[in-house]
Amino acid sequence: MTKCIKNVICTFCGTLCDDLEVDVSDDGKRIEQVRNACAIGAEKYLHVGNPGRVVVPRMRQADGTYKDVSYDEAIDFTAKTLLKAKKPLMYGWSSTNCEAIAEGNVLAEKIGGVVDNCATVCHGSSLLAIQDTGVPSCTLGEVKNRADRIIFWGCNPAHAHPRHMSRYSIFPRGFFSAKGQKGRKIICVDCRETDTAKVADHFVRIKQSYDYEVFDALRTLLRGEEIPDEVGGVPREKLQELIDICKGGRFVTLFFGMGLTHTLGRNHNIDAGINFIRDLNDYTKATLIAMRGHYNVTGAGQVLGWQYGYPFACDLSRLTTARHNPGETTSVDLLVRHEVDACMVIASDLAAHFPFEATRRMAHIPTITLDPHICMSTELSDLHIPVAIVGVEVGGCCYRMDNVPIDTRKVIDAPEGVLTDEEVFQRINKRVDELLAEAGCKDAAEYLEYLEKQEA
Amino acid sequence: MTEIIIKNGHVFDSVSGLKGEVADVCIKDGKIVESVGNGATVIDAAGKTVMAGAVDVHTHVAGPKVNLGRWYRPEDKFRLGERCSAKMGPNTHIEGGFSIPTVFKTGYEYARMGFAFLMEAAMPPLYARHVHEEIRDTPIQDEAALPVFGNNWFMFEYLKNGELDNAAAYVAWVLRQTKGYGIKCVNPGGSEAWGWGLNCMTVNDPVPYFEITPKEIIDGLIATNEHLKLPHSVHLHSNNLGNPGNYTTTLDSLKIAEGHKANNAFGRDTVLHHTHLQFHSYGGTTWADFESKAKEVMDYVNKQENITIDTGNVTLDETTTMTADGPFEYHLSALNHLKWANVDVELETAAGVVPYIYGKNVKVCEMQWAIGLEIALYAKDMMRTMITTDHPNAGPFTRYPRVYAWLMDKEYRDAELNGFKWSSKVIDATTLAEIDREISLYELSQMTRAAPAKVLGLGSTFGGLAPGMNANVAVYDINPDNMPKGIELENALAKAAYFFKDGVKCVENGVVLEANPVVKETYWVDAKVPENKQVLHDVSEKFLKYYSINLENYDVAHHYVPHPHVIEIEEA
Repeated sequence: MTKCIKNVICTFCGTLCDDLEVDVSDDGKRIEQVRNACAIGAEKYLHVGNPGRVVVPRMRQADGTYKDVSYDEAIDFTAKTLLKAKKPLMYGWSSTNCEAIAEGNVLAEKIGGVVDNCATVCHGSSLLAIQDTGVPSCTLGEVKNRADRIIFWGCNPAHAHPRHMSRYSIFPRGFFSAKGQKGRKIICVDCRETDTAKVADHFVRIKQSYDYEVFDALRTLLRGEEIPDEVGGVPREKLQELIDICKGGRFVTLFFGMGLTHTLGRNHNIDAGINFIRDLNDYTKATLIAMRGHYNVTGAGQVLGWQYGYPFACDLSRLTTARHNPGETTSVDLLVRHEVDACMVIASDLAAHFPFEATRRMAHIPTITLDPHICMSTELSDLHIPVAIVGVEVGGCCYRMDNVPIDTRKVIDAPEGVLTDEEVFQRINKRVDELLAEAGCKDAAEYLEYLEKQEA
Repeated sequence: MTEIIIKNGHVFDSVSGLKGEVADVCIKDGKIVESVGNGATVIDAAGKTVMAGAVDVHTHVAGPKVNLGRWYRPEDKFRLGERCSAKMGPNTHIEGGFSIPTVFKTGYEYARMGFAFLMEAAMPPLYARHVHEEIRDTPIQDEAALPVFGNNWFMFEYLKNGELDNAAAYVAWVLRQTKGYGIKCVNPGGSEAWGWGLNCMTVNDPVPYFEITPKEIIDGLIATNEHLKLPHSVHLHSNNLGNPGNYTTTLDSLKIAEGHKANNAFGRDTVLHHTHLQFHSYGGTTWADFESKAKEVMDYVNKQENITIDTGNVTLDETTTMTADGPFEYHLSALNHLKWANVDVELETAAGVVPYIYGKNVKVCEMQWAIGLEIALYAKDMMRTMITTDHPNAGPFTRYPRVYAWLMDKEYRDAELNGFKWSSKVIDATTLAEIDREISLYELSQMTRAAPAKVLGLGSTFGGLAPGMNANVAVYDINPDNMPKGIELENALAKAAYFFKDGVKCVENGVVLEANPVVKETYWVDAKVPENKQVLHDVSEKFLKYYSINLENYDVAHHYVPHPHVIEIEEA
């Protein structure tokens, strides 16, 4: 006999689908089947039973091999490493819950670390544009109920957010959109004909890295001014057609992704996109939503925002003030410039996504990785602390790409003895307090002086 | 448990009827008591002012739009001289931000001023989890949050059809789901119209498609509120905020309360709270002939005894406006060309955020400043008049002491008025210069303690120093026999000599002593209604068809509200 758990929240991508049905074995230890999920989401649940799961922390030996250690040892090592470092980087946070993030951020304040999340190599440029020019947005349900014009720009939900189109953007029938797809005009702007482009009514192929120019041209046309015959590889007539489609709509939504945030221009592309949407509001209703990737990268920014005031790249190493200066306090820059002397990777794979130079630096400094899986970062770490998988083995709050928080569910037990991210951070916090008290230090700065005296 | 006696202070407290008489305040087990034993810790308050912990009836300190403000305004942390990113004590967290402070700074700054309770004034139900996460992480003050109902599709339908039972059952359901406290109504109908880029500018403008008017919405919400016997009255931000000539809309909105009578067991005798009245008391037709109508609006408020108001005082700072009034923020950004953020929320509401600089050399801002003060000074019943800055809309809450000092010291406010670039124009278009009134310490204790506690239905535990009430006590370095003036008064009110929350000393000489000195509680209201199959059916249908999350994932689970204080109301 199996029991079916309904309304399960899929902790894979920023779409955060909340309608999964998961069949679980009687003893609550095995997942038998997953319904309603996309292929990636289903695998997120089904892979948990695969052999080879790491269930105890692993410490790197002098000969380069890993040795199993207890959680106590792992936590002691982590606390000491963080305290010993002058400026440790605590990067990741995007695949864990907000409870763990809150606890981890407080640890960063205590030991004087830099907190940064995946936005730093993802939608960080969008956040910079939002800081520059604002963001007219809405929830995904608004898109479903009202939108009759959808623009996908530099994103490919068919592959990256597989159920986005059916749940929110192209196909669903909503209150004022009873005709579903038939009532919507779908525009896809990209430099490649992606699978999303194939389902669009209008595919506009632009030259790579000409996004800013094309937005600029659209804004110019919107104001009734002249543009050249061709901009970014798109004829003027086609751009005028796009403007006519948008102005003719009742509710326009622009979804954008890495194709805008990480091509030439970066935050300025987003800036232009935001202002295009803002301008459109003079004629009709228009909004935009960033296609956030990891299921809780948004939440990582939210928690950091309410605790220390910034969405990412927050330097707490001074212990008395929080600094945010993207380009300086961002992870890649800190690593490449050798400004951090220890690294903690939490619930995201730094080594798999950072530039080679940054990853090489991470491999050379003491590094601790908190992750349920073996990944590139764990293989370059001095310590790998395995944890329970959020949304599968432990619940907790996560934020969807439109900033809507959803409480994820636990469907099965974690392997015996495996701690959650939150528990690990609670224990590190406690251990740091003990170490400070033992040394008679009031904060991490005094502890560094204490260590120097000990060495002398 | 420890006993404390605060000795020989000048006590101002309308609940126990003290108007500055020298008296002792005794604390035991987190409550005010008649007397304590000889072993009690003695706090010498001789030559000082003692009041109950203050209550903020309307502030935006937690939730999606507040955090959006923090996200997109790094510059709010870069201001000099305002402790915008600093660790103020060895045992407290780093505090950041000015107009949209972080949760840590929010709790600490309110504590320094002696606040014990905060009402988060607008919670989009879909985002309730976010609001509660921030409330949970805000230290010290007890808090509650008001879900917004003024643009809710369920309510449109029930109120239009006159289905009061269904409306009540739905409101009760939302309060339970979101752990909410009462009924907030922002720009009724207008924020739904904003879904199409439109607005409702008067109480008679029908909402597109739904064909209900703001007047019907307000009227229906008041009826629903009294049917459910909720502790707080309907909390209204009426249509047409911030526009010249809007005072007629305001009066039309206030008059809707005339036919209603309070019905509750919490000592509340009013049915409508109109918030940030300053933004709604404008005359003229354009910004050129813009003038104050504070007197006209307050004349009505003074004679209509079943309504309460808060002021929304402009503090003349650079701040961050944020409201569920989505169309207003769009128009504001068109006026000041600063960055516009907007979030429309499916089936429920909208919201916008725009930075705003209330300049001392901008005529309109100077007049808004004067109008806010006029409203407080024209008030006859201080138990129906509360001071707010609609934080952070008219200014950050950290400026309360300055607002109090302007109200309590004519010389101080006249110095400000006469220093304006457009002072003669402001003097012509307002009546502030002619007003000699100075608010007394006793009146201040009413406006910031007893009155907000009463209108929130919390009058038996907050806002007073009678035995049995929560031991929230603020002691200020103010000797009423030798009243400080101007900036000295302001500074004394900004830094409490002592602040006790639930009998725990949290602040001494303006310094917060611990990161999390007390267990704070989140208040929410559980109003019992008969099972209503129609509403349950409507809810499941709308979630199935129109919401982007499933009904079973809507409820705010217990772990978001780790220390709930549930006010249960028996079936109507």
